[in-house]
Amino acid sequence: MNLHEYQAKELFREAGMAVNPGQVTADAGHARELAVQYGGSAVVKAQVHSGGRGKAGGVRLARTPDEAAAHASAILGMEINGLVVEQVLVCPLEDIASEAYVGVLVDRDGQCPVFMVSAEGGVDIEEVAATNPEAIHRMRVDPRYGLLPHQAYGLAARLYEDPGLVRQAAGIIAGLYDVFVANGASMAEINPLISTAEGRVVAIDAKMSIDDNELFRRRAVAAMRDTASEASADIRAREAGLSFVKLDGNVGCCVNGAGLAMATMDLVKYYGGEPANFLDIGGSSNPDKVVAALEIITSDPGVKVILFNIFGGITRCDDVALGIVEAVKRIGIEVPLVIRLTGTNEELAREILAEAGLAAVASMDEVVERAVRLAG
Amino acid sequence: MSIFVDETNRVVVQGITGRDGSFHTRQMMAYGTQVVAGVTPGKGGRDFEGPNGTAVPVYDTVADAVAETGADASVVYVPPAFAASAIMEAADAGVGFIVCVTEGIPVLDMTRAHALARDRGSRVLGPNCPGIICPGKTTLGIIPGRMVIPGPVGLISRSGTLTYEAVYHLTRGGLGQTTCVGIGGDPLIGTSFVDCLEAFAEDPDTEAVVMIGEIGGTAEQEAAAWIAANLDVPVVGFIAGRTAPPGKRMGHAGAIISGSAGTAAEKTRAFEENGIRVAQRPVEIAGLVAESLH
Repeated sequence: MNLHEYQAKELFREAGMAVNPGQVTADAGHARELAVQYGGSAVVKAQVHSGGRGKAGGVRLARTPDEAAAHASAILGMEINGLVVEQVLVCPLEDIASEAYVGVLVDRDGQCPVFMVSAEGGVDIEEVAATNPEAIHRMRVDPRYGLLPHQAYGLAARLYEDPGLVRQAAGIIAGLYDVFVANGASMAEINPLISTAEGRVVAIDAKMSIDDNELFRRRAVAAMRDTASEASADIRAREAGLSFVKLDGNVGCCVNGAGLAMATMDLVKYYGGEPANFLDIGGSSNPDKVVAALEIITSDPGVKVILFNIFGGITRCDDVALGIVEAVKRIGIEVPLVIRLTGTNEELAREILAEAGLAAVASMDEVVERAVRLAG
Repeated sequence: MSIFVDETNRVVVQGITGRDGSFHTRQMMAYGTQVVAGVTPGKGGRDFEGPNGTAVPVYDTVADAVAETGADASVVYVPPAFAASAIMEAADAGVGFIVCVTEGIPVLDMTRAHALARDRGSRVLGPNCPGIICPGKTTLGIIPGRMVIPGPVGLISRSGTLTYEAVYHLTRGGLGQTTCVGIGGDPLIGTSFVDCLEAFAEDPDTEAVVMIGEIGGTAEQEAAAWIAANLDVPVVGFIAGRTAPPGKRMGHAGAIISGSAGTAAEKTRAFEENGIRVAQRPVEIAGLVAESLH
């Protein structure tokens, strides 16, 4: 789950980190008042779960309160990478002397958190990594000790020479690690971390992603979820405990297991079709889950056929068949349904489906080919 | 031979009295796995009822179970909030091989669990994995016993149901298996493709290896390089997620394309450049294995 900039900054402030002030609003008039409060000038920033906000015109400098209001009304409602901007963050302008980058994320290879810092901040860090990798310093953190004070100081010393700036940056870096761990983040980033002309070090941007597996025990962070920025199908899938990703094709897919679900999408493409979604119903054969899955898939008007691919290992095929029959009974399905069931109790499953006027095949290739043909 | 475990292993089941733990314990015992103990804190002293009137003693701690029964492997069916602790408890008790089936464990919990297991010299398989099965010998986890038969193929996979799909075709084609290992769909897993390949390389009975990978991370690329430098037996590969969009998690926590890294195309290329034949469809895997064995 991604946090908005203003939400991450709240967590930073609570941890005692130096963060620039700012207030979030959905109202251009309010943006004008905030600019007045900040001395007339301000920066207006789109709060949206997308990178490249600046390039898309979602971050603008205002020299006057009227300009702040004009920028806010231009940005509010704007679409950035398909996401509508519902809120803007209004911050005072800072007197920037230098821009650095500080980030921490989970390193798959090292199986531990890793810090990345660079004195070249304010730009896309992936671009720096590609063009000038030596400018990024990496340091792995032993999760059992956490970030030790000398390590935070050592990272800060990569960014600044002045001892006063190094000390301040070390405090921010230590705070960032604390926020990262305390909120179960998978990534936390400050870009840029600035030094000002008068010698302060301040985080003027913030980005954080929370590990979805942490949300059950992080109520406060879980409550920060912005459902307004989510598609209703995504919300429904999450509530039903289904893994779902919307795609652009017309073959609706309902599969048990993530690997098999991906392979099914790939096979749809192989036979010349386009998958409408990734959907893993998991090991459960609970009819409610099957109903939820079918509701989500059929809510996409582009779907021309629904394809079930079930390999019953632990999951019993007869249970899934009952779920399908029940689901079809409960919600009217207007597009053709093609079903593949193999594995535990598949014969029984076929009988259950046949009684309901549904047929199943045994091979994955056969069912996918048929689905692609029906989707036209 | 099988890799990592065989019929001599004495298994303790962590979370034996839970819904999943009790079901799969009975399945494992019916297949022949020596389940010698169970652990559920607060339920020590009871007996767990196995198949055909058998009974398994339940202990409060893994240390007690190991002391009383000599258990040397464990399977963890504990809910996500407590699963990392369960792994660490097993490692601390000296259990050398720990299978963790649980899906949804917080990643930061796993950073600590993996670090401790490494320190104690324990091997962790998973988490978020279906486990390991050595046909005709033993099974630890949830892989259904009836779809495998003994034979010359070693199989390694990041996915559960895709493993079943591949094994189903192998078995139907008469191609049995030495060991099938599900290494797990999480970003931080204890046993990698390369760890499994090293073990298969030492096994004289494994004459071909099937590797089922997916998008996300670089484990397949590392395995491909290792195979080119070290492995003499043929390898057949499959990569799931060619149609997956970047930046979206495809069910498995580890199955995500970050920027332009971890794509199916990149992994397929790494396989092909290192002499691994890649199946375009799951159904082709068995055929390629049969060809490579001739």
